[in-house]
Amino acid sequence: MNTVVDLLTSASEWQDIAPLLSVRELNKFYAPGKGCGDINFDLYPGEVLGIVGESGSGKSTLLSCLSARLTPDSGNVIYNSEQFGEMDLYACEESMRRVLMRSEWGIVHQHARDGLRMNVSAGANIGERLMAVGERHYGDIRAKAEEWLTAVEIDTGRIDDRPSQFSGGMQQRLQIARNLVTHPKLVFMDEPTGGLDVSVQAKLLDLLRNLVSRLGLSVIIVTHDLAVARLLAHRLMVMRRGEVVETGLTDQVLDDPQHPYTQLLVSSILQN
Amino acid sequence: MYVAVKGGEKAIDNAHALMRTQRRGDSAIAELSVDQIRQQLPLAVDRVMNEGSVYDPELAALALKQASGDAVEAIFLLRAYRTTLPRFGYSEPLDTEQMQIERRISGTFKDMPGGQILGSTYDYTHRLLDFSLLAAGEAEVAPEEANALSEALAAGNSCPRVLELLNKEGLIEQSREAGTPDEVPRDLTREPVNYPAERAVRLQNLIRGDEGFLLSLSYASMRGYGDSHPFSGEMRTGRVSVELVPEELGFPIEVGEVLLTESEMVNQFHGSKELPPQFTRGYGIAFGRAERKAMSVALVERALRAEELGEEVLYPTQDQEFVLSHTDCVSANGFVSHLKLPHYVDFQSELEMIRRLRKEQVQRTESTTKEEADA
Amino acid sequence: MSTATGYNFAYLDEQSKRMIRRAILKGVAIPGYQVPFGGREMPLPHGWGTGGMQVTASVIGEADKLKVIDQGADDTTNAVSIRRFFAHTAGVETTEQTAEATLIQTRHRIPERPLQADQILIYQVPIPEPLRFIEPRESETRKMHALSEYGAMQVKLYEDVARFGHIATSYDYPVMVNNRYMMDPSPIPKFDNPKMSMMPALQLFGAGFEKRIYAVPPFTQVESLDFDDHPFEVQSWDEACAICGSDHSFLDEVITDDNGSKMFVCSDTDYCRERVEQGFVGTAADLPIAEVGTN
Repeated sequence: MNTVVDLLTSASEWQDIAPLLSVRELNKFYAPGKGCGDINFDLYPGEVLGIVGESGSGKSTLLSCLSARLTPDSGNVIYNSEQFGEMDLYACEESMRRVLMRSEWGIVHQHARDGLRMNVSAGANIGERLMAVGERHYGDIRAKAEEWLTAVEIDTGRIDDRPSQFSGGMQQRLQIARNLVTHPKLVFMDEPTGGLDVSVQAKLLDLLRNLVSRLGLSVIIVTHDLAVARLLAHRLMVMRRGEVVETGLTDQVLDDPQHPYTQLLVSSILQN
Repeated sequence: MYVAVKGGEKAIDNAHALMRTQRRGDSAIAELSVDQIRQQLPLAVDRVMNEGSVYDPELAALALKQASGDAVEAIFLLRAYRTTLPRFGYSEPLDTEQMQIERRISGTFKDMPGGQILGSTYDYTHRLLDFSLLAAGEAEVAPEEANALSEALAAGNSCPRVLELLNKEGLIEQSREAGTPDEVPRDLTREPVNYPAERAVRLQNLIRGDEGFLLSLSYASMRGYGDSHPFSGEMRTGRVSVELVPEELGFPIEVGEVLLTESEMVNQFHGSKELPPQFTRGYGIAFGRAERKAMSVALVERALRAEELGEEVLYPTQDQEFVLSHTDCVSANGFVSHLKLPHYVDFQSELEMIRRLRKEQVQRTESTTKEEADA
Repeated sequence: MSTATGYNFAYLDEQSKRMIRRAILKGVAIPGYQVPFGGREMPLPHGWGTGGMQVTASVIGEADKLKVIDQGADDTTNAVSIRRFFAHTAGVETTEQTAEATLIQTRHRIPERPLQADQILIYQVPIPEPLRFIEPRESETRKMHALSEYGAMQVKLYEDVARFGHIATSYDYPVMVNNRYMMDPSPIPKFDNPKMSMMPALQLFGAGFEKRIYAVPPFTQVESLDFDDHPFEVQSWDEACAICGSDHSFLDEVITDDNGSKMFVCSDTDYCRERVEQGFVGTAADLPIAEVGTN
């Protein structure tokens, strides 16, 4: 993690590396104050960006816009794709966005039931993406599913169990395995530890941190939990009422917050 | 023991003969005429016309008679007739502002130009069974009173719509942008519906839709399964003339008059980034005196506008594929009732599969037990 | 020709038939693709064969010989009803013999006797969308077809293999047509699926309520979905037909007494008749054939 932080501090070294995702003047409002606006940032390969703020601050709307699930009112999201090269997410064909979603991208939802097929087995959940990209050998699909269950620390004996028989923490790990099986470049996470017990959270965070660094993933993670942000994110964006009020390196933002709202956020977590 | 393979044709003929006998009932009781149905069960006739999509009280009454009073069967009969009718042309848009009003109610203003007109209604009756109808039939209305009442009905004047008052203040959305020309709506009985469907198609679908289904959906949308906070801006019933422009004439001529019920709902709207907060509309219209239907259409119609108004779509009542695919009572009845058709082959396939799965499970258990025993 | 007064030949007006034929042509041009068409309301309920009837009405001519089967049999109530409809409205000759029919409208079966190049098989389809129970939204399934996103269907098959050791779908078994479109073969038993591939006859599919027509042109490849290591297979019976002794046709199970005794007979009644005429016999050949349900 330190190497990334070092890189970030010397902006000149970035000149050779193209950003993976560039967001310019992004706006999406359901009603005045409800949504997000004036969003600008770049995400570089291997970087973990945390978006923090209280509920209703627009961070989930923003994540939906970034991950091609919600068309913004205006603005651009440029993604540097392995298959398609540089592409403007909302100017390109929908078919390209859908290909991204099942190949180069992963999406981890806060509620596992939104990201899993609850009525099919764990093995089928992991195998789906493989079958979506054309895998037709049952034995191979099953072997890969077992491999990924192991990677997320789920007993392979549970491969034929349905997610509804799993604990919350296991469901979340299964969701992660389901996303990572096709080796995505960029993973979007929406409160991945929300609703889990503290001890379960800690284990999941540890797993996520290891996977992210081992696979060199780029991640955009939305969380209201500053502890999660500190543990996973290299860089933070603080949102309030649909706007970004502060950005910076994670340690910088959390240890020396500049904006009064960030100061309030940080102090409230200290009190807890 | 016998092998059941023959006899379908004869069985069908006999079943239909039996149905006709049953429909007639006890022949000691006078047979019901189509005129009696039309005159004395007019609300049933109106429902059949609405969902049957034809304004023809006589044929709707005939359909009710032929269907033994089963509304869905009667609607089906009328629909199957409608589909064979040639189309002479499309009428001019009806001008409901020119309606000869027999009843008009607003829930939003105590009084307004034209006033509230109660007309004929069940609304304030106490729902107590009137045993005098059972014993002696309907009490005669004194002739003078009857004349006065029917004159009052006929004397209804036209008046502006309530929602236009809000429109003048700019507090309610325009039903369409000023200056946009009339578009000929797509005819959903001629072209397949493509989702997302435009408003004209949605309305056509709802107006043909099952009254009970729409009533329940509108109820759900008001009970929290839908962000609906409606007011009944206006509900009016009366006669409207129908005009057609024959090609050879080039100007509109009146071809008849229809009795309609129109409902306009007013809904809150908090505004979006582009739009200031204002009221929005839900619209419903139906043949005859069909207030429940018109209001239900207006409520569901408004709920289905969620997407175009930029509201979050969270409930089935706002989901046009869910609603529009399932409104039609003729289709719904067909699909449910087709379960009565033979499914021997599919069931046989399932039987074979279940037997096989059970056999395999027994084999697996046995082999596991054997392995355990061997171990 | 005796036809019903007041109605056009074969019930539908010529404009509607032309519109339906255009949809059929499009379907033939894009095998397996569901073509939306302006489905008409028919005097039979949806789900009772209105789609197949509209296709039949649009392609039938005075010289045609029509056969209608339901569950493989010519004498099931709905087959009788539809055959009468066309005898009445089009005045065409009808037949129960597969060999001499030019048009065969069917519900739930493909005849056992191989069809020929001059025949057309018309399927009644209740739900044309093979992905419907995976994704109920049509706006979404349309995209899935356009982009060949068929992974979710494979998930269903995976689940069967994981739970039962083999694929457990027994009818309405999804197929790939011409390596491009996933197609619902209508609720025929998977036993019939292999007959669809490279069939010399034209296969047309009509879904009335859903207003979709699709087609498999003659000699087109139709593959049932499976896994490389769990290939598609059809059901088989330990028994043979009690009437004609056939051990290779689809058999219906008939309960013969209150104790649940049963016998098996060909579901394709014409095929069974043909075999009996050829001298084949089954174990119950001497039993009386009784009529059912004559009130």
